[in-house]
Amino acid sequence: MRKKYFGLIKAAAFLVVVFYSNLSVAQLNLNTLNNLNLGEVHGNFQANAQYYIPDSTIGAAEVPEKMLMNGFANIIYTKGKFTAGIRYESYLNGLQGYPSGYKGNGIPYRYATYKSDELEVTVGSFYEQFGNGLTLRSYEERNLGLDNALDGVRLKYQPFKGVYLKGLIGKQRTYFATAGLVRGFDGEIQLNEAFAKLKDKKLVVTLGGSFVSKFQTDADPTLVLPQNVGNSAGRFEITRNNFRINGEYAYKINDPSSDNNFIYKYGDAALLQATYAVKGFALSLSGSRIDNMSYRSDRTAQITNLLINYIPALPKQHTYSLLAFYPYASQSKGEMEFSGELKYKIKKGTVLGGAYGTEIIVNYSGANSLDTTQIKGTDTKHLGYSSNYAGVGKEVYFRDLYVEISKKINKTWKGTLVYSYQVYNKSIIQKPGSPTIYSNIVIADITYKLKATRSLRLELQNLQTKQDHQDWAYALLEFTINENWFIAAGDLYNYGNEESSKRYHYYMGNIGFTKNANRITLSYGKQREGIFCVGGVCRNVPASNGITLSVSSSF
Amino acid sequence: MKKIILGLFIVGAFASATIIQNSEGRSIPAADVKTLDGKTVNTSKFSNDGKPMIIDFWATWCKPCKKELDAISEVYAEWQKETGVKLIAISIDDSRSSGKVSADAKTHGWEYEVYLDENQDFKRALNVGDIPQVFILNGKGEIVWQHNGYVDGGEEHIFEVLKKVAKGEKITE
Repeated sequence: MRKKYFGLIKAAAFLVVVFYSNLSVAQLNLNTLNNLNLGEVHGNFQANAQYYIPDSTIGAAEVPEKMLMNGFANIIYTKGKFTAGIRYESYLNGLQGYPSGYKGNGIPYRYATYKSDELEVTVGSFYEQFGNGLTLRSYEERNLGLDNALDGVRLKYQPFKGVYLKGLIGKQRTYFATAGLVRGFDGEIQLNEAFAKLKDKKLVVTLGGSFVSKFQTDADPTLVLPQNVGNSAGRFEITRNNFRINGEYAYKINDPSSDNNFIYKYGDAALLQATYAVKGFALSLSGSRIDNMSYRSDRTAQITNLLINYIPALPKQHTYSLLAFYPYASQSKGEMEFSGELKYKIKKGTVLGGAYGTEIIVNYSGANSLDTTQIKGTDTKHLGYSSNYAGVGKEVYFRDLYVEISKKINKTWKGTLVYSYQVYNKSIIQKPGSPTIYSNIVIADITYKLKATRSLRLELQNLQTKQDHQDWAYALLEFTINENWFIAAGDLYNYGNEESSKRYHYYMGNIGFTKNANRITLSYGKQREGIFCVGGVCRNVPASNGITLSVSSSF
Repeated sequence: MKKIILGLFIVGAFASATIIQNSEGRSIPAADVKTLDGKTVNTSKFSNDGKPMIIDFWATWCKPCKKELDAISEVYAEWQKETGVKLIAISIDDSRSSGKVSADAKTHGWEYEVYLDENQDFKRALNVGDIPQVFILNGKGEIVWQHNGYVDGGEEHIFEVLKKVAKGEKITE
């Protein structure tokens, strides 16, 4: 018994010593480095810890560890044209709802870069995007556990003014390991910079192209699988005064995988986006056609693992929670998407504009299936289906009609009103065999300013649907005490659930402190099971109940 | 045990490094961003003729970011007159919404320089986590202050710091 206590004291003393020795060492290092011009060290740190309380009513399962934590820190060293960095990641154990592959500690991300005006060389881990990402995009979304960084070598070279070349080779990150083999090349020419004659022209044109190839051995006993799969794309971007249009087309050779049930059809994708914008008015239109474009380092990878390319979802990205209850996710197997958005600002000083003007946004977006015909055949190289370019499939995947009015009434009051009608094909987007969900959502967001940096904000949201769990209401009251402190309390209430015993409340309370680039937030409450979105990327999280502490800092 | 010691050392180093807010003299890291008409710009070339700059990270889907940029927009002429400041707004929208960045910038009447950081290379180089995040740079192009998040009225504090920077005073907070 005594021995145990002694051990604890020893451990605590050790911790204190380590902490302080680090403190002085780090202080010395940073100061010395920064003063002696030996380079600069900067970074950031974030940790989210949650203490779980089981709650059988909302289905929050018992967590045997009781407490889980995700944390990471980036450290970047820079000296002139040279940069090196690492990211230490810690999942002890990974938070509920986080991809389960994240377990333990490690330094999965480390790199060194030399960058001069014309040349950039990176060895180690890196993120890269070609064009809109239809052929290649390695990126990270730490809050969702998405990270498909490449580990290898990348070169960027600018041989002439306005000409940009990139070449890369690497393995792809999957949790704490890497897999696959990806090679890629991208070239871009900015015509107005490349040709002196075009320098001052109003028409600004950029052209680009990329080619990506992945390699995976064929170990299949029955199928003859392509070991090298190429994906190539061409793109353009044209701007003239207030008008901008860009488009990209990608073509991928046959790539049998578990995503497409091992068919031998080629894949292709087309994306077009146009915007006209002047002061007070803007119109944006975009559309895409995606056909068999799932592209991964491993044929059998699932969900968000080992994705090489990126298929953007064009519908509006929502941040109000009930608007994001049933969010669309792009379907790389096949889909057609469209989105149109109108923004209009009614001038100040007019009847409708008032003293500060009124902003109106109308968005209509959606997605449908492709118009396809099944091809019968049982041979080992069958194409699966053929698709009609001129047609649109009949099956509705998603619709969102969105109207928003924002207005600052006077110096103390401002507000936003939103109405949205959504159609969500749950069977396609989330879980086969589910009913399509039709919902009407209304939101009011009102801010009352008490003094310079003290304000009250009230969010009232209502979602009505006959499907899934029926009607929901959400209220959030946020009190900003001053620049540093805020407190908030909210309740999500499933008031319309058909089974009256399941009309649960999901209460949540938050308190937060921010100073410069440091932020600490403490929350207590229940989290509904569902889709959680940050930055337009979404993932499923299980129901949970407990205390969460988040700390983030940048230095 | 070895792993635990290493872990503690690393965590300690981060914790201690956060305490030190001595970031004076930090220059803008180099990353490639794009203008709204598709031209590539190296961020280390950002300059404002010896006057201060503000770098603000935002996205079309980020409400507080747009509130902040709107609030600054209302007083931007005054700030420019007093300090000569230039605001550089870095959008981290990816290809889902990068097409709508000019729509936001123009309808809101922002007089800022706006760039696209589609794959977040510049955001990563500056160790930015959640947005909005603001950096203030002195006339030498050195980052002297940064702030995360926006609350109504938060622009007042930015202005206070900015005025000091314009006068060449050292920022200690």
